[in-house]
Amino acid sequence: MKILVCISNVPDTTTKVKFTEGDSKLDTNGIQWVINPWDELSLTRALELKDDGNTGVKSVSVAHVGLSSSEPTIRKALAIGADDAIRVNADSSDAYFVAAQLAEVVRKEQFDLILCGIESSDYNGSSVGGMLAEFLGIPSISAVSNLKIENGQVVITREVDGGKEVVTTPTPLVAVVQKGIAKEPRIAAMRGIMTARTKPIKLYEPVPVEIMTEYVKYELPKPRAACKFVDAENPKQLIELLQTETKLI
Amino acid sequence: MSVLVYTENWDGKFKKLSFELVSYATRVAEMLNTSCIALSIGNVDDAELKKLGSYGAQKILSVNSDNLKVFDTQNYTEAIAQVAKNNDAKVVVISNNNVGKAVAPRLSVKLKAALAAGVNGLPLSTNPFTVRKRAFSGGAIAHVVLKTDVKIVTLPQNSVDVTETPVNAEVEKISISLPEPKTVVKDVQKQAGKLLLTDAEIVVSGGRGMKSPDNWGPLVELAELLGGATACSRPVSDEGWRPSEEHTGQTGKIIAPNLYIAVGISGATQHIAGVSGSKYIVAINNDKSAPIFEVAQYGIVGDAQKVLPKLVEAVREIKGK
Repeated sequence: MKILVCISNVPDTTTKVKFTEGDSKLDTNGIQWVINPWDELSLTRALELKDDGNTGVKSVSVAHVGLSSSEPTIRKALAIGADDAIRVNADSSDAYFVAAQLAEVVRKEQFDLILCGIESSDYNGSSVGGMLAEFLGIPSISAVSNLKIENGQVVITREVDGGKEVVTTPTPLVAVVQKGIAKEPRIAAMRGIMTARTKPIKLYEPVPVEIMTEYVKYELPKPRAACKFVDAENPKQLIELLQTETKLI
Repeated sequence: MSVLVYTENWDGKFKKLSFELVSYATRVAEMLNTSCIALSIGNVDDAELKKLGSYGAQKILSVNSDNLKVFDTQNYTEAIAQVAKNNDAKVVVISNNNVGKAVAPRLSVKLKAALAAGVNGLPLSTNPFTVRKRAFSGGAIAHVVLKTDVKIVTLPQNSVDVTETPVNAEVEKISISLPEPKTVVKDVQKQAGKLLLTDAEIVVSGGRGMKSPDNWGPLVELAELLGGATACSRPVSDEGWRPSEEHTGQTGKIIAPNLYIAVGISGATQHIAGVSGSKYIVAINNDKSAPIFEVAQYGIVGDAQKVLPKLVEAVREIKGK
């Protein structure tokens, strides 16, 4: 079984974002770029399945749509343990475009299981995984919180309202993963960092695809009203305030 | 031309979320001078379907098929796509919940329709079709132009008001031919009757400042008294003090209750990312410089163990319990 993990290159999740050019572009000054948190967890789970030895996972690859400036993030994925990587040389915030590029990669390289994070922490689109599956005409399971391989079959736990469902589908399939898929992201060891330098990154040029969305402007969230403090000795006053001012209780 | 809204049901019943979606779709339809059509999939009786008319849906289509019993993303996408095409839908409105996140992207490819996930309010304009949406995990709001003829928007729960616009809606049963689903359900583990965290209008949430899993009693009691649900921060769920379904924050659940009470939660950026849509935030923390107070409207600087029981007592008093 060949696994592909799709990774996105995003600002470190503690970044306080700022914008330039009339609030139309992200100000990338001083931003630390990281692997999108859910993608990092997906990669961790894929590597756990490969390390297991009984799952029949032969290789774990990563794919990324981005310019050469995102190579440090790809190298990091290789250092964590991916066998090889593919980069599609294009930059886009349009999920449809990105998914179309990844579909081309999967058609050429043939993977059995494709993992995507539930969303990227930058554009919060929750789009690429499902779009990729539809481009390929293969099943997708979303809200995946556990993934196992039993007797060659992918067994998935997905979150549904009020609980969980254990489901299977034929492969190839796209699993769109969320919290729970792996406990902690795997950290690159020194040996991994050394070997990552020599692992191959295959370069694809993008296929022409229509851009469907355009991000034209950004605004920062409105600051909230200053906090009203209530004396810790008299919490009853808080309940009274909530009653009279918010009318919610 | 129409605006199509997909209204999911829970054991044959709609809930506030469904009415939010129909209210929203009706407003969008007004902006486009067209009408709102609601689509229901599964076994829902006529009286329940008619309820969608109270919020402006002029036509209610109901599909029931054995091949839609299991939530299979391909079959659901196919069903919604066929209905969208047959009704010349220019905008498709879906919830930004688990089901919406699973179906909307597939639908985007199938209909060649631009998708905006997690929109913030009504479109700013319909030509070009521009929406505001959550970006950078709550760090910003983006203005996105959807450039295709057909558009899909997904709406976060609790983000718009339910508005009654009663119309005499017609209910129509339609049939769609679909293949057997590829998704096979092996096991279901569901807790029946429990208030879902995403549905709750009041949420009481505990963090590391709760000190031990044994201290949750008064927090749970406060949530119950307020008719709300309980949540927790990531460290608490990682430690196994509380079930992982309760984890709210960037990598956990993103919620937008009317009232979010954070107890012993310092308010890391990643936590705020999951709760910043709350109407009011109350913080109880013993550290006055904790970042949670920057986003809270009401705060108590104090020890959670001492404050919580007093809050419970005060709520008991006003509720007469």
